[in-house]
Amino acid sequence: MALYLSKSGKLLPHFKQKICSLGMISLSSIGSCFSQNPPLSPEDGKTPYAAPAHHPSLFASRRFGSVKAEKLASITNTGDSQALNFPGGIVKFTPELKFLADLPEERIHCYRVLDESGHLLTSDFVEIDKDIAVKMYEDMVMLQTIDTIFYEAQRQGRISFYVTAAGEEAINIASAAALSMDDFVFPQYREAGVLLWRGFGLQDLANQCFGNVGDNCKGRQMPAHYGSKKHNYFTVASTVATQIPHAVGAAYSLKMEGRDACTITYFGDGGTSTGDCHAAMNFAAVLEAPVILFCRNNGWAISTPVSDQFRSDGIVVRGQAYGIRSIRVDGNDALAVFSAVHMARKMAISESRPVLIEALTYRAGHHSTSDDSSKYRPIEEIEWWRAAQDPVARFRKWLEIQGWWRCESDTELRDRARQEVLNAILVAEKTEKPGLGEIFTDVYDFPPSNLRDQEKSLRQTVERHQRDYPHFQL
Amino acid sequence: MAAALLHGVGSTTPLSSVNYNNSRRSLPGYVVHERKRASFLIQCYGSLLPGSKIGINRAAKLSTNAVTTKQDNVTASTTSKPGHELLLFEALREGLEEEMERDPRVCVMGEDVGHYGGSYKVTKGLADKYGDLRVLDTPIAENSFTGMGIGAAMTGLRPIVEGMNMGFLLLAFNQISNNCGMLHYTSGGQFEIPIVIRGPGGVGRQLGAEHSQRLESYFQSIPGIQMVACSTPYNAKGLMKAAIRSDNPVILFEHVLLYNLKERVPDEEYVLNLEEAEMVRMGEHVTILTYSRMRYHVMQAAKTLVNKGYDPEVIDIRSLKPFDLHTIGNSVKKTHRVVIVEECMRTGGIGASLTASINEHFHDYLDAPIVCLSSQDVPTPYAGTLEDWTVVQPAQIVATVEQLCQ
Repeated sequence: MALYLSKSGKLLPHFKQKICSLGMISLSSIGSCFSQNPPLSPEDGKTPYAAPAHHPSLFASRRFGSVKAEKLASITNTGDSQALNFPGGIVKFTPELKFLADLPEERIHCYRVLDESGHLLTSDFVEIDKDIAVKMYEDMVMLQTIDTIFYEAQRQGRISFYVTAAGEEAINIASAAALSMDDFVFPQYREAGVLLWRGFGLQDLANQCFGNVGDNCKGRQMPAHYGSKKHNYFTVASTVATQIPHAVGAAYSLKMEGRDACTITYFGDGGTSTGDCHAAMNFAAVLEAPVILFCRNNGWAISTPVSDQFRSDGIVVRGQAYGIRSIRVDGNDALAVFSAVHMARKMAISESRPVLIEALTYRAGHHSTSDDSSKYRPIEEIEWWRAAQDPVARFRKWLEIQGWWRCESDTELRDRARQEVLNAILVAEKTEKPGLGEIFTDVYDFPPSNLRDQEKSLRQTVERHQRDYPHFQL
Repeated sequence: MAAALLHGVGSTTPLSSVNYNNSRRSLPGYVVHERKRASFLIQCYGSLLPGSKIGINRAAKLSTNAVTTKQDNVTASTTSKPGHELLLFEALREGLEEEMERDPRVCVMGEDVGHYGGSYKVTKGLADKYGDLRVLDTPIAENSFTGMGIGAAMTGLRPIVEGMNMGFLLLAFNQISNNCGMLHYTSGGQFEIPIVIRGPGGVGRQLGAEHSQRLESYFQSIPGIQMVACSTPYNAKGLMKAAIRSDNPVILFEHVLLYNLKERVPDEEYVLNLEEAEMVRMGEHVTILTYSRMRYHVMQAAKTLVNKGYDPEVIDIRSLKPFDLHTIGNSVKKTHRVVIVEECMRTGGIGASLTASINEHFHDYLDAPIVCLSSQDVPTPYAGTLEDWTVVQPAQIVATVEQLCQ
């Protein structure tokens, strides 16, 4: 208890102060617990944060209050019920031996704006400009085209691996559209659309998949493991859910700087079972970090259906378990996703808190090119979701109703997209692969002696046995 | 083959040595030893290559004198300002505090590091001074807060992650191996991870098997990270500062039993080289390589050996990844006999790697097989007597040297 309550320290002025009561603690007792430290001089130019000594009234939140022991009264009498100031706060007693239900009576409702035929179901959504809406649609179509063609390219043996975002185009593009370029994105691997929206080119995508010299990751990662510092999109790692603590850490960094930006991290239903996910969500809440935790609940983790993944009502209910605001949205509804992310971003930044969004959707493609999902789920199911709940078609219908898109433009758009993608692949295929030296760079900031030795040794070997290394660029 | 490699290792560029010489003269009051290795120092340090602005600053602050035998300390203190006495944990804290003062991006995260001051008091008082956000108390989730540190590092902060005990960082192995060590590489150099992961490890006094882990064994294979082990207040402070300033992920191994060592450290600011080994005692007969707590067992054995007429050269390797093969090599060429004394277990420890490395590079210079003294491949037992027997004791070291030098 002492550990929890006796935290004290200087507060940074940009940090939102929440004055909340801890049982019988009064504000005056908290104020007196703080010493007035001399402020750091702004002239030294080193610290962007001034000392909070001139904001004494903003002191005292649960995190930073140091409590004098005698101020804690142990029992409050409120009529016939009693309460106790346990560690963590006042709790009322109950005489009933009753357990909380494992599941809510009804599943948490799902926020939806557009129906399958593109008609608005509500006026409670965030309006989008025509330009943004059209760009969203074009990018969704481009994403579909990229996925189709790259998948084919893998089947033809031109690239070794690929993951598609089939069925999740709205999640990708609409969430990206609701963010600003300053927001940090920590993706899992099914969010290439976010990068596409931010301006990562087709050629860049293709180069990464082919691992050639044009790849800004220098041929170091598997296809579809994109990363671009310029676009604030952090390199995809194959490890599941490790990006969630990273996002919380980055949010912590943004909070320290007081920047008008948040982080967003994407993960699937499967990823929520990991230890990293739990710990990161808990931590985001405790730290009050401005992070959007976006769960793409698409029903499948490779061959594991959600019924084998967890027994809770999806992910949205976990928000409350951690003290995080959460919402469930229709992941195939671009407007719903856009609105939710837009509002979440606002909350995250202005109130410095994490927000959990669960987007219900369906993984219309296979897990990856190494998977054949017809082995564990009926083809009719896949086909139904792909056709009836296609997020791209639904958004197009809405655009047409708005008068912002014509049916005829579609063929032209898709043809053009197809040509561009095919061309990007052709170019990427012909581009040479990185040279031998790139094996050893970027392990550290500068190669240490052992790596330089190893490079030398490798070069000698390749030179000596050139016939055995025909494709090797030296 | 060995000769060719050595040649590569020893070469330097003239420009680098000029930088270094300038920097040596700029440090007041230090006893500067004329060492041929000086110019190589820059080569292996890497960041002092021309064109690197960080390198020039670092050169100015490098301590040229890493020798910390008693005599040298005395000379250093009389020719320079007297310095001040510190316990090792205070030295770590002083280094940490100086870096936090110097760079507002430096922050600390770990369990009980805030108002509690850390389980070994390394962060005591820092939360009061810098606030709860910069000295962050975390929930018990090593994988999470190590991941957090990595995320924060990628976006511009310079976090120091404290493992309450190094053994707990086994929970963070995934983040350390797959992300910390890798993301700089897999992102094509776009994202840097200037994180420092530190904590107490090693065999203590009856702490039980789970709290007596030697994590350097497990981490040494991870590409992309650097590992250093401190053993004296002087090198603890210097290595802490160097680790924080490094743009690579660095794991700083402290030892549970060494936190209360007292030593006089200079008043002036100094930063040590992460890749450099420390010559503890010069000698002619045998090279004894060690690090962390075993250094003290070795020095105790050295006293006995000297009385018996032997002249051991003792090197605290300090840099566990990469090894300072230059210092080690020069010593091997001189003495032709090597004993490695470590606390790691026999299988797969630092000693095992070091043995392989020396054999590979300096085989021609060895007059006898390398002897590696390490702990047995058992979990550390609780009982005091049993625990003592699993750790290498001075008597063993003396016996080994005697046998080797026959």
